[in-house]
Amino acid sequence: MGLSNFHDIKKDFPIFSRQINGRNLVYLDSAATTQKPTEVIDSITSYYKNCNSNIHRGIYSISIEATELYENARNTIAKFINANSPRELVFTRNATEAINLVSNAWISANLKEGDSIILTEMEHHSNLVPWQIIAKKLKLKINFIKIQPDGGLILDNLEDLFKDNAKFLSLTHVSNVLGTINPIKDIISKAHDYGITTLVDAAQSVPHMSVDVQNIDSDFFVFSGHKMLGPSGIGVLHAKKDILENMEPFLYGGDMISNVSLTESQWNDVPWKFEAGTPNIVGAIGLGKAVDYLNNLGMSNVHKHEQELYSYAIERFSDLKEFKIFGFENKNSTGGVISFSYSDFHPHDIASILDGESIAVRAGHHCAQPLMEKLGVPATTRASFYVYNDESDIDKLFDGLQKVRSVLT
Amino acid sequence: MSDDIYKEIILDHYRNPRNKGKLDGAEISAQDNNPVCGDRIAIDIKLEDNVVSDIKFDGEGCAISQSSASILTDMLVGKTVDELSKFTKDELLEELGTPSLGPARIKCALLSLKVLKIGTYQYLGTELPDDPEN
Repeated sequence: MGLSNFHDIKKDFPIFSRQINGRNLVYLDSAATTQKPTEVIDSITSYYKNCNSNIHRGIYSISIEATELYENARNTIAKFINANSPRELVFTRNATEAINLVSNAWISANLKEGDSIILTEMEHHSNLVPWQIIAKKLKLKINFIKIQPDGGLILDNLEDLFKDNAKFLSLTHVSNVLGTINPIKDIISKAHDYGITTLVDAAQSVPHMSVDVQNIDSDFFVFSGHKMLGPSGIGVLHAKKDILENMEPFLYGGDMISNVSLTESQWNDVPWKFEAGTPNIVGAIGLGKAVDYLNNLGMSNVHKHEQELYSYAIERFSDLKEFKIFGFENKNSTGGVISFSYSDFHPHDIASILDGESIAVRAGHHCAQPLMEKLGVPATTRASFYVYNDESDIDKLFDGLQKVRSVLT
Repeated sequence: MSDDIYKEIILDHYRNPRNKGKLDGAEISAQDNNPVCGDRIAIDIKLEDNVVSDIKFDGEGCAISQSSASILTDMLVGKTVDELSKFTKDELLEELGTPSLGPARIKCALLSLKVLKIGTYQYLGTELPDDPEN
């Protein structure tokens, strides 16, 4: 299966029929958020039109239907990442909220002054800031796995970090700036030898490649729905069931209880004890539909498609003068992301001029300021691909970059 | 937004910035950066009898932020400190010739004005308003 099999795919995404400044949208910012196929959009309107009601409580037909749709989505998503059971899946707002849940509910109860948390230098702010806050509160130390110039992690001193009172390790599966795939299975297995609990930020991996949480053996695993064709406002925390069962809730209120008196309460079973209040029902349903859509394409085909686009882009851009791709030397990449500098043109100018050609790219630090510092640049321009991109998008980006040069020099 | 914002005056000042550098013994000195994109501007001003006698800016960033600083500094020689504190964004944007910058890029264009205001208010010892560049 090659690029040609994905060729008609833009028709599935209504936004691509829209004209912007008289041109079709060239969307190259899927690492930020992805466009939505008709099936996902329709599942949202269909829920509100046909069975809108609250879940888990209703005795009447539409509430039973709504509950089924919500819990079926959990099943679909659990299978998609090969979870041992759908009860290991907690719906959150996004990966960020899932990380905050773990730092508030698990770290608070299990780490104490003098313990350390291990992170990497390539983390998105979402997998950095929550740990800074809890570390300050509990007087924990944070140690960092460093990165080398090609964007890969430096892993030869891992044991030194583990031996420094490490109790918890949180790292990204795939870099949102460079697309680097980290060897998480290996790192997690070594961490477990030291009794260290692990979290994987999979926001940039689950959308782009097949993942198997049982094989990875992470204790916590988080991702966001909107980066994988689903709606915004829905994300997932996966955790091993015994961990969830031994963890105190993060948010308290309705639906997360089994019994309530005026003075005390007992908690509902997992995962519902972590889903206080009416959840994002339609978000979960939409994400389930997005997973159906990805399953139809096949995740190995998705991965292959992105790698083929990446190769095509590299070949095409080799003609451009003073064009530098960050992390280019690292072969272990999803292929979904190209972060680049182009002469001394500032990324904001590049993005503005490309916008004039209806090409959407991201310019800035990509919520990874420490990584930018490491790369020695204040910002990069990032083009990121997904299932609906094709060679013509890359050709238009190429033409757009030539226009950038002609405007700015 | 598009390349419409790259007017000739902006590109001219971007390619050949005026008043670029630093001033020793400046009475007014300030810098700030735009955390979203990493643009940085520093401004030094020398005063004689409360009037701007020399001004330089330093920094790095996009064409809009750097040309705006160049254009702004060009407009300020001969102005009194009081005039600096009252200088408006409309005066700067009019000179830039780009009324339709849009919310994403307006911050780039107004960074130099924000730095000017920070320095001037510091010099006057008065409290900086919440949105000094507006």
